[in-house]
Amino acid sequence: MSASVPPTRTITIDPVTRIEGHAKITIQLDASGAVEHARFHVTEYRGFETFCEGRPFTEMAAITARICGICPVSHLLAAAKTGDKILAVAIPPAAEKLRRLMNLAQITQSHALSFFHLSSPDFLLGWDSDPAQRNVFGLIAANPDLARAGIRLRQFGQGVIEALGGRKIHAAWAVPGGVRSPLSPELRDQIRAGLPEAFAIAGRGLELFKQLLDNQLREELAVFGDFPSLFLGLVGPQGRWEHYGGAGSGIRVMASDGTLVADGLREDDVETFLAEAVEPWSYLKFPYVRALGPEAGSYRVGPLARLNLCERIGTPRADAELLELRQRGGRVVTASFMHHLARLIEILACLEQMERLLDDPEITTTHVRARAGVNCHEAVGVSEAPRGTLFHHYRVDANGLIEKVNLIIATGQNNGAMNRTIGQIARHYLSGSQLSEGLLNRVEAGIRCFDPCLSCSTHAAGQMPLDVQLLAADGALLDRRRRD
Amino acid sequence: MSVCTLRIDNRDVAIAAGASVLEAARAAGAAIPTLCHLDGLSPVAACRLCLVELEGSDKLQAACVTAVADGMQVRTDSPRLREIRRSVIELLFTEGNHVCAICVANGHCELQDLAVTVGMDHSRLPYRFPDRHVDLSHPLFGLDHNRCILCSRCVRVCDEVEGAHVWDIGWRGEHCRIIAGLDEPWEAVNACTHCGKCVEVCPTGALFHKADTSEEKQGHPERLQALVHARNHQQWQP
Repeated sequence: MSASVPPTRTITIDPVTRIEGHAKITIQLDASGAVEHARFHVTEYRGFETFCEGRPFTEMAAITARICGICPVSHLLAAAKTGDKILAVAIPPAAEKLRRLMNLAQITQSHALSFFHLSSPDFLLGWDSDPAQRNVFGLIAANPDLARAGIRLRQFGQGVIEALGGRKIHAAWAVPGGVRSPLSPELRDQIRAGLPEAFAIAGRGLELFKQLLDNQLREELAVFGDFPSLFLGLVGPQGRWEHYGGAGSGIRVMASDGTLVADGLREDDVETFLAEAVEPWSYLKFPYVRALGPEAGSYRVGPLARLNLCERIGTPRADAELLELRQRGGRVVTASFMHHLARLIEILACLEQMERLLDDPEITTTHVRARAGVNCHEAVGVSEAPRGTLFHHYRVDANGLIEKVNLIIATGQNNGAMNRTIGQIARHYLSGSQLSEGLLNRVEAGIRCFDPCLSCSTHAAGQMPLDVQLLAADGALLDRRRRD
Repeated sequence: MSVCTLRIDNRDVAIAAGASVLEAARAAGAAIPTLCHLDGLSPVAACRLCLVELEGSDKLQAACVTAVADGMQVRTDSPRLREIRRSVIELLFTEGNHVCAICVANGHCELQDLAVTVGMDHSRLPYRFPDRHVDLSHPLFGLDHNRCILCSRCVRVCDEVEGAHVWDIGWRGEHCRIIAGLDEPWEAVNACTHCGKCVEVCPTGALFHKADTSEEKQGHPERLQALVHARNHQQWQP
């Protein structure tokens, strides 16, 4: 390297903690010590799309649910919906309601995990607190009631999934054509009995977080990924909040000024309106709106996107909270930190919608499955996973053997936004050549706003130590922090 | 009818001459694991799970094809037999691609049950991950060679009970696999009557109903046995 070239440095956070999967972050500094760019690297590859080839499409729900232990239901539903289209059947109405019930339970338990278990230790114990305590166990020690409430809420959601599918994780219950088993009146009543406590916990989480936003978390709101971007997700009839799809639903793309870029898009046309870019430094693809290109077409999905896209949620308590969210952040909220509030509002929406479904007499109807052979050779199924819109795209041969699979995962669609978020945080908090624990945690927390699931998005899981390296341009190690 | 008396696991057993050691052991209450054997079909001793020790012989014998003899002394359980049975199951698992979690027969699979019975909590052998295909050409049924253990129940039931003889075992050694007709796609074999007996007797998820998704297949070998019993006793004669 020429001596005239100013030295640049790279800070690496490897891996990122309290997310689902393996990733690292590098922060590239220029010669003046300013952040040049920051990158979120997903370092695991799983290859589901390839090894599903040659399998019967009827197995896809069970196989793809194994992508993730947190949100298997999302894959289950997307796969089953794709299977419905391959059978070319309209599933029984009760089957759709039961699938909706399971997805609502799934969003509830996953959001409870994200807020109470993974993120709230940062808010309640402090960004700069001892990392050994800054976790759910520290939370249990510091605020046992809140920790217990979070665990109970997740337990409720998991219990509903178990009541419907026979087990909490990887219940291969949704199948092409409907669902395997109906809901008994006894189990319906059991689920209903858990709702009051779940409502109380959701309300408590909302009050707590809104107080934090009004006080110690004001700075985070402006720094943790606040930027204009597109938002993409499902909306229901009359623009209602939607998580499953179905009749009258479509995909909406909205700009941060509220302009509708596209509306009523059909999932079957996903290849015409979405494209995926690949970067050599990550296994995670970068989907974008095809017509706008990789930069302008970058978009966000997930709870905040769903709340931005909808006109209303359709249930009274959640709609009141949506109104308050828009009073805080505008019609389209661009602060990624608001994902946490959006998750809590969605929990409330899920509980209200579950209550309605449980009151529907059709929910215990026993006709829940339509049967047919292969009547269509290519189909796309979509569901709103807790983290955002999930697409399953299959092509099958005449007998139903999978020829091609493409999975477009929510975390991938937030890839561009996550990279922008960590860049914004690093620029705000990094000064000098010393790495502070608090800085690293804030950068990681920027990623956690999106509650990424890398297990899903690379189609990885495990415990993640943290290794941060500050490197000169010639590779010399300037500073390093590591925790195992 | 002459009767043989023998000792099985130190218990005296009297049984009709011509019976197999497996039948005698079951009469004596000794549990010998089997996989390829199915009452109502001819025995073939393909799986080697029912090996037993005979007094005076170092050679192990398959109980399903060994006839009882007067004075025979049989041991159905020993450390050596337990080790062999576990090894047989491990070999079956590692030789194919058995992914229980997503299998149509998960929870209702004889191979899976036997793995529990013989205490196979892991495999001591490396998995081979062979490249095998799935035949979904039949309008009603599917054949996944990844899950086939070559027990030949399907071959025998189709030949001996249905009389259609759609199935055979083709090729040699590690390349052995079930073939339909002259190694054709299943739907191309006109002899197939679509009766589904092969699916009912398959001990794993290799043969299945196409509409079944994971965990949904439940075999019904008892239907075969009822059929064979009725036929043997001419229950349908006017």
